[in-house]
Amino acid sequence: MTIRTLRDYGQHYRPRMACLKNVEVFVVEMQDPKSGVKGADQKLNVTIIPHVINGQDVLAWIVTKMKVTTEEAQAFGTMLVAYGYIYPLQNHRKLVLVPDSTLYRFQTPYFWPVQKWPAEDIDYAIYLARRNIRKKGMLEPYEQQHYDNLHKWMNPKWDFIVMQATEQYKANKERKKPDRVVLDCQERAYWIVHRPPRRTHSAMDYGLDRLIDPNAEEVTGDITREIHSVYVPSVLLSFVKFVTTHHNHDPFLTTPVPSNPWITDSDEFWQLNSRSVDIPTKLSVERWVLSFWELISDPRGRVDFKLFLKKEHSAENMAFYEAAEEMRWGAASAIPEKSQFIFNTFLKPGAPRWINIDGRTMGLTVKGLVVPHRYVLDAAQTHIFLLMKKDTFYRYLKSPVHKDMQKRALVPAPHVFTDAQLEANVRNRNPGISPILQWQQEEEEKAAAAVAARPIDVKAMVATNKLDRK
Amino acid sequence: MCDQTFLAITFGPCDSCSENRPLMNLYIKTEPINYCSLCMEIMACQGLASGETLKSLKAESETLRKKLEEERKKLHDVELEKVAEKAEALGELNMKTRRTLKGHGNKVLCMDWCKDKRRIVSSSQDGKVIVWDAFTTNKEHAVTMPTTWVMACAYAPSGCAIACGGLDNKCSVYPLSLDKDENLAAKKKSVAMHTNYLSGCTFTNSDMQILTSSGDGTSALWDVESGQLLQSFHGHSADVLTLDLAPSETGNTFVSGGSDKKANVWDLRSGQNVQSFDTHDSDINCVKYYPSGDAFASASDDSTCRLFDLRADREVSIYSKDSIMFGAASVDFSLSGRLLFAGYNDYTINVWDVLKGTRVAILFGHENRVSSLRVSPDGTAFCSGSWDNTLRVRQEGRGVGRELKQGGTTLYG
Repeated sequence: MTIRTLRDYGQHYRPRMACLKNVEVFVVEMQDPKSGVKGADQKLNVTIIPHVINGQDVLAWIVTKMKVTTEEAQAFGTMLVAYGYIYPLQNHRKLVLVPDSTLYRFQTPYFWPVQKWPAEDIDYAIYLARRNIRKKGMLEPYEQQHYDNLHKWMNPKWDFIVMQATEQYKANKERKKPDRVVLDCQERAYWIVHRPPRRTHSAMDYGLDRLIDPNAEEVTGDITREIHSVYVPSVLLSFVKFVTTHHNHDPFLTTPVPSNPWITDSDEFWQLNSRSVDIPTKLSVERWVLSFWELISDPRGRVDFKLFLKKEHSAENMAFYEAAEEMRWGAASAIPEKSQFIFNTFLKPGAPRWINIDGRTMGLTVKGLVVPHRYVLDAAQTHIFLLMKKDTFYRYLKSPVHKDMQKRALVPAPHVFTDAQLEANVRNRNPGISPILQWQQEEEEKAAAAVAARPIDVKAMVATNKLDRK
Repeated sequence: MCDQTFLAITFGPCDSCSENRPLMNLYIKTEPINYCSLCMEIMACQGLASGETLKSLKAESETLRKKLEEERKKLHDVELEKVAEKAEALGELNMKTRRTLKGHGNKVLCMDWCKDKRRIVSSSQDGKVIVWDAFTTNKEHAVTMPTTWVMACAYAPSGCAIACGGLDNKCSVYPLSLDKDENLAAKKKSVAMHTNYLSGCTFTNSDMQILTSSGDGTSALWDVESGQLLQSFHGHSADVLTLDLAPSETGNTFVSGGSDKKANVWDLRSGQNVQSFDTHDSDINCVKYYPSGDAFASASDDSTCRLFDLRADREVSIYSKDSIMFGAASVDFSLSGRLLFAGYNDYTINVWDVLKGTRVAILFGHENRVSSLRVSPDGTAFCSGSWDNTLRVRQEGRGVGRELKQGGTTLYG
């Protein structure tokens, strides 16, 4: 009877373990009799185990070979033990590299973790059965659990498994004692790595299976497409330029003023840079100057720019840009309604907030609005954006609004907290405003602004006698 | 910053299925054809035309690929390191763990920051998705998904919702509420439907659209309200493991990396694959855009991180070291783009100097693989989530140094 699972979508393979190849090369070098780690014979009870190394030597060797710090070598050594290339002799369940005289041995290549075949359940079953015979039923609790599980799932093959186990057990008895001990240690180490005991993790744990077979041959194939490459050095210089201009704004490179909230537990830095603050910090203002995109990405900067536009009586550009963005990223169901609103407010001849775009773009856009889709305003939006970027932005930089802001911008003094104050900060961390509340506030503000921006209906005002001069 | 190539999008009836869709302009033997992306895929799979065999097609693609490489090599003159010699050297970076977020019962698979720079959403193997206020280390919301292995989670730009998904092949959106006792699972909305596990998801510039990538080899753009598929992106020949949306002003592209060693750049409107990079030797686990939007970095199982430039259409830098042999699982840039943080499968985090290509620091602390790593939106700290069930928020540790025990959690400074 074959059992077919519903969930077979094709993910059968382990992800590529590219690290294994490199680690193997490294381990082979470690075992080199002349330049590798020095091993010695160790007496264990009455048997002598050959080629035993200790943790200190391994660590020292890694440090010299890789030219790294002790800490890093320790981490790498622990990975070697975790993957099963080196196994500890005494505390065999703890897979870490201890840098003292703890004893380790190199694992035989037969038991190295390989990509080509994972550790199969049936091999584990044979191993446990053999151990069961040897220990006469006294397995470790986690091993006993595995054994019971496998017995349930592999019941039809159980005769075969027991037979194999007995054969191997008999063959083992024929071997000499030291060989037997060594082989037993090796196999036990292998299974600790691949079937870890409870509450320990295995380095072989890789997550989920993937579609591609890492052992399959590579099939190359490519679709041709036109390359519009840019000469490389100019590209590289642009990286350097970007990094240099943003150097002062990066909290990892320049300590933020007044202080980094994560270090001093005071969130003043966030409060000073928030959207609704009256006077922004000097650093923010400097950032706005870098590019138009930086200016409108910062909510406080956008507010400032809108103020400038209002003075210039070209606020409809920004309003159109925002409306088009809303339509592009908004819900599909809202598109017809939004496109109608945008047409009536910005594009219709004689519209209250008519935007000034060239005839061709206007024609294309209006035609497209017959069957509105989310990208129908793209051409117009790009035109307006470029207009703002190339013209309005530079006028903004020279305007009194901006210059005034630059003068008034704050340079907060850096915090100097004593230890006691720091501890107090930790206890009194500000929970801040929930983003949900902030979002609601912003929505209310937007609605109010939309009402204010609606064109004044003179007839209605006359009708309600507001213009009455009596 | 150069303006991105503006792809002229025609929108109209497709030649084959006659539905109104964004069209891709193709040329078949110099004849222009306007197909929608779905019909294009169907046509491409229809088999060989007359006079072609699989062998001849393979040979043709090999020659084309060689030509591509030659053209790229001609433009390759200088290395980033030489150009960056003028840049000033970085001082020593000494990172300390500022917050340790404990509360997940199993491996932390993914995390994302909120735009308010202090809240984090994280998801784990046992199906729990937790929203933390990382500054105070309080848990604000917790959801238990009906599936295990929640590999993707994202915070909405407004801060009012989270999206997550994993082995259930779906991406679900949970609107967050101020009421702490409310059962978030009641308001859950299933948005994306894939035929395989969900490996990554992100909101676009608003709460209304989600971009997802899946183990079935496709990525897709969805409308949250209706659950409708807006655009799908086909082109990877294996699992798509990661994606990132471009931060540029036009915001029309995203990059995805997959198990087929390729990183592809896609246009959101047409569904077309505009650029492809395949210099990695193994699966790409994570891709992230450079802050300027002109380049992106990728982390791969071949233990290297690479920087690819979109305008030069090639790889410009490799971040690797002989002593790093284990795969990189996650990358992110600092705000200025000078530092690249990468989390690896050997439980460490390496910090690279993007310009000079050297390693600046190595950070320890996690007891299992570092599965995800993100820098906060204002760049003040970065958070790493690991398979050891914890998340750590780190920043530099100059000067201040004291330890305070409060309750059960240890706070470092």
